Amino acid sequence: MFRIRKRAEQLGRVWTGVGVMALGIFAGPQRCVAQEPPYFVTYSHAMEEPGNLEVEFKGTQAAPKNDNAFGGATVEFEYGAKAWWTTEVYLSGQTTANDSTVFVGFRWENRFRPLMEEYRVNPVLYFEYEDINAADRAFLEVVGNDGVADLAARNAEARSDVQREMEMKLILSSNAQGWNFSENFISEKNMAASDPWEFGYAVAASRPLTLRAGARECVFCRENFVAGAEMYGGLGTTDSPGLHDTSHYVAPTVGWNIPRGPTIQFSPGFGLNDNSMKVLWRVGAQYEFQQFFGRFHRASEVR
Amino acid sequence: MRKGMGVACLVFGCAALLAAAEVNQDWLRKVPAAERARANPYAGQADAIAAGARLFADHCARCHGADLEGERGKPSLRTEVVKNATDGEIFWLLRNGDLRHGMPSWSGLPEPERWEVVAFLKSREWREAGS
Repeated sequence: MFRIRKRAEQLGRVWTGVGVMALGIFAGPQRCVAQEPPYFVTYSHAMEEPGNLEVEFKGTQAAPKNDNAFGGATVEFEYGAKAWWTTEVYLSGQTTANDSTVFVGFRWENRFRPLMEEYRVNPVLYFEYEDINAADRAFLEVVGNDGVADLAARNAEARSDVQREMEMKLILSSNAQGWNFSENFISEKNMAASDPWEFGYAVAASRPLTLRAGARECVFCRENFVAGAEMYGGLGTTDSPGLHDTSHYVAPTVGWNIPRGPTIQFSPGFGLNDNSMKVLWRVGAQYEFQQFFGRFHRASEVR
Repeated sequence: MRKGMGVACLVFGCAALLAAAEVNQDWLRKVPAAERARANPYAGQADAIAAGARLFADHCARCHGADLEGERGKPSLRTEVVKNATDGEIFWLLRNGDLRHGMPSWSGLPEPERWEVVAFLKSREWREAGS
């Protein structure tokens, strides 16, 4: 009984932190807009508009069988450096019931659109440097032989296992008839060790509930909601390629763009095999500060 | 010698200006004929213009200005190029953007919403306000 109450208290603390952070993020005077699909793992070819800064919170929560429940929290700062280049910094932490709360590290990613026009399939090149310890519970990607067995280590032990990794993705994405279809091919390498390359995938599709905007602003209109689904998982390593001993998830996802406010996202991910967690709950909130550094510029002549 | 240098500078300056002008209208030349000729299914419809005005305020005004004059170093839309562009040309620009020059692609917006923005930009209200 005491254990359950303690677990509830710890998870409650996580979500209280989430709430406080969200309030801090959304207290700004700026208006939020978003054209990004409501994915948590999969990337589309939507880039951050140049000059805009998007602050996003992503939370994960799960209670794996035979292991302690945990909550992961990641804050992202995404900046549109150019219309074809988006750069992003992530800070992650987690709390585990009956264990501790720890900072797990940072990620720095860059996405580039090599083609300057819109095609049926649009490639994006993704490069990321990670300085993350093994206590990470963000699940921003699933690669190699990632699985529930990785969650068994205590935080004190896991945080000493620091991994400096380079991650590369080939992102392919299409917009057609209001739908977005995205496919990601992921490769990851621990640079500080002789670990093999790890591979993974993520695919997703989404669509707004209606394709036309109304003449009047409203909060609960169908135009403000986007629904879709993601599927992601590992594809083994260079030492053991294939699906053996990998984990996979399918996750319906929904996003709600609140006019003059944040975008809220929610997604329960369901494990597809014994190596996956049964359910991985995700919640996200993002807010975009338009033309964050633009106030220092003067108006210019026209095009 | 000095005169020669002056002429050379003048020629170089004019060439640079012409090149800049060419770059600024680059996107217009890229629009395929079929796209150029596309008609806006919502042209002139009051509800589409109102929706387009709302979308413009949400997505575009921060750079191009609520009055379309341009803000923070971003270009104005009160130009002959934009005024004379066909619906199809503006729609093409919204879909593709002009990534090299800072205009993002808005292909993430559903096609009907992009047509609503075009309906707003080509509506009489802002044309008159801009003249």
